[in-house]
Amino acid sequence: MILTRLKTSRLILTLFFAALSVFFLLPLFWMLSAAAKTERDVWTFPIQWIPKEWNLVENFKAVWLGDVSFGLFYMNSIKIAAISTLATILISSMAGYALSKLEFKGRGLVFSLMLAFMMIPEQATLVPRYIMIKEIGLYDTHTALILMGIFSSYFSFLLRQFMAGIHNDLLEAAELDGAGFFRVFWNVMLPLSKPILATVGIIKFIWTWNDYQGPLIMLNSTKLFTIPLGMQFFQEEFGTRIAVMMMASVAAIVPLIVLFLLLQKQVINGIAIGGVKG
Amino acid sequence: MNDQVIARDSVAAVRPKTYWTRKRREQWAGWIFIAPEVVGLIVLSLFPLISSLVLSFTEWNLVGGLSAIRFIGLDNFVNLFKDDHFILALKNNVWFTVGTVPLTMLIGIVLAALIHKKLYAKTYFKVAFFIPYICSTVAIAAVWQALYHPSKGPLNQMLMDMGMSNPPRWLVDTSFSLIAIMVIYIWQVLGYQIIIFLAGMSNIPEELYEAARIDGATGIQQFRRITVPLLGPTIFFLAITSTISSFKVFDLIKFLTNGGPNYASTVIVYQIYEEGFERFRMGYASAMSWALFLMILLVTSITWISQNRKVHY
Repeated sequence: MILTRLKTSRLILTLFFAALSVFFLLPLFWMLSAAAKTERDVWTFPIQWIPKEWNLVENFKAVWLGDVSFGLFYMNSIKIAAISTLATILISSMAGYALSKLEFKGRGLVFSLMLAFMMIPEQATLVPRYIMIKEIGLYDTHTALILMGIFSSYFSFLLRQFMAGIHNDLLEAAELDGAGFFRVFWNVMLPLSKPILATVGIIKFIWTWNDYQGPLIMLNSTKLFTIPLGMQFFQEEFGTRIAVMMMASVAAIVPLIVLFLLLQKQVINGIAIGGVKG
Repeated sequence: MNDQVIARDSVAAVRPKTYWTRKRREQWAGWIFIAPEVVGLIVLSLFPLISSLVLSFTEWNLVGGLSAIRFIGLDNFVNLFKDDHFILALKNNVWFTVGTVPLTMLIGIVLAALIHKKLYAKTYFKVAFFIPYICSTVAIAAVWQALYHPSKGPLNQMLMDMGMSNPPRWLVDTSFSLIAIMVIYIWQVLGYQIIIFLAGMSNIPEELYEAARIDGATGIQQFRRITVPLLGPTIFFLAITSTISSFKVFDLIKFLTNGGPNYASTVIVYQIYEEGFERFRMGYASAMSWALFLMILLVTSITWISQNRKVHY
């Protein structure tokens, strides 16, 4: 008796919060429906959630097949995010391995320095980094952006914490089989760290994909723009054509949402690890 | 520990004794593996941090080239406090933090507790509330810009429908632009807080709740007497990190208002951007960067010290 009553109250509460979560996501539903509408219908009130007159194809053409195509921004973003993610994983896992499994002079110092580095806000070093990049002639290149993003004390720390939990027996067994430190790293440490590498990779990819400040400062040529800068470009170009803007927003957001839904466990676990361990 | 030593010795024993003893190889391997990270951090974090301190004592317009650098001592820092835009930015930053951090944490902890204890479909709720956090801030900003449109936007049409004849003009309104941005910010980071709170809650032993239930404690009593106190470290962590991230807010402001209208929504990082990358006043922008850095250090150390006190006494 009591049990069933409890269950119905829980069900009602769940339905209430499900409705609330839909309300919470309304801006995104509005974006989706506006992206399929004619300019006139975007503003109709009460809101037409399902467009009366479909204009999906026209809006799509304006975003993807216009003079400046969103496709270009896409390619740039994919390139930068992919290279930055792979490089970050490699550099941070190397550091994580050294800090967790290798004895070398200065290890303690390096580790405490790395923790201290996590406190430096990116904005505090923006001006000199910009000047440096200009001086060495990398201003307005993708290389500059990639270089800025691949040394992360935060990810090195996460990897170090994970790798410290890998049992030494496994490493020693590999050494007995004649593997050197590089083979141990490549054939033992990396495969055993797959879960955390997936987590770090997906989070780094999302961050790089969404980064606005870095490209804003380091890039100048439209043909090099990433998606967030492309959004700004579209705002200047099509600011008044909301349906086109929403189509561009859909293009910027939806692939990431799909990626997130597929890998939600890794993403959420990664965020939670970072949070709990600080 | 002993096993380890024995295993290592036996590995060493197999190899011929040369200059490259196991210990020496390990030493070098350690340095090689750590080198990229350390070199990268020194060149791209430590060196720039020190350079920006040096630059903050200079007046330097980048357009004039290296020869145009002039040392002016503490003038930049003195000028900061005479700069109306900087003071406004500082005030706005404080308002932004006060207006977003406690409110987001309150909503976040309540929603997380409900999702943790009272609702079915836990994963659905986690994912649904987290979606805005992974979206590109700029793309999200474009959506809200349309929603906030002063005359045609759905928000104001709704307000007018409800009988409000002169609804706020939101992003283009000096009294509302910062508030409008705060709403978007809370919407975007709420899911992150829920995830962190849920992670903290999953570490609280279920037996405590069972014991409380047997003693007849209501859900709200359990929340106040068990969940909140045992979440102490999580709450502390979120308070620091959200305060720091709210101090660094920039993307929304740059894209939506450029600090306006009339500097009503400017913040420190936006001022750094404007002085450094639009006016190329590198010295002054560096002084602002250091002011920001010092404020963040201050917040962090105050919270650390107060936390350590609590733990010790």
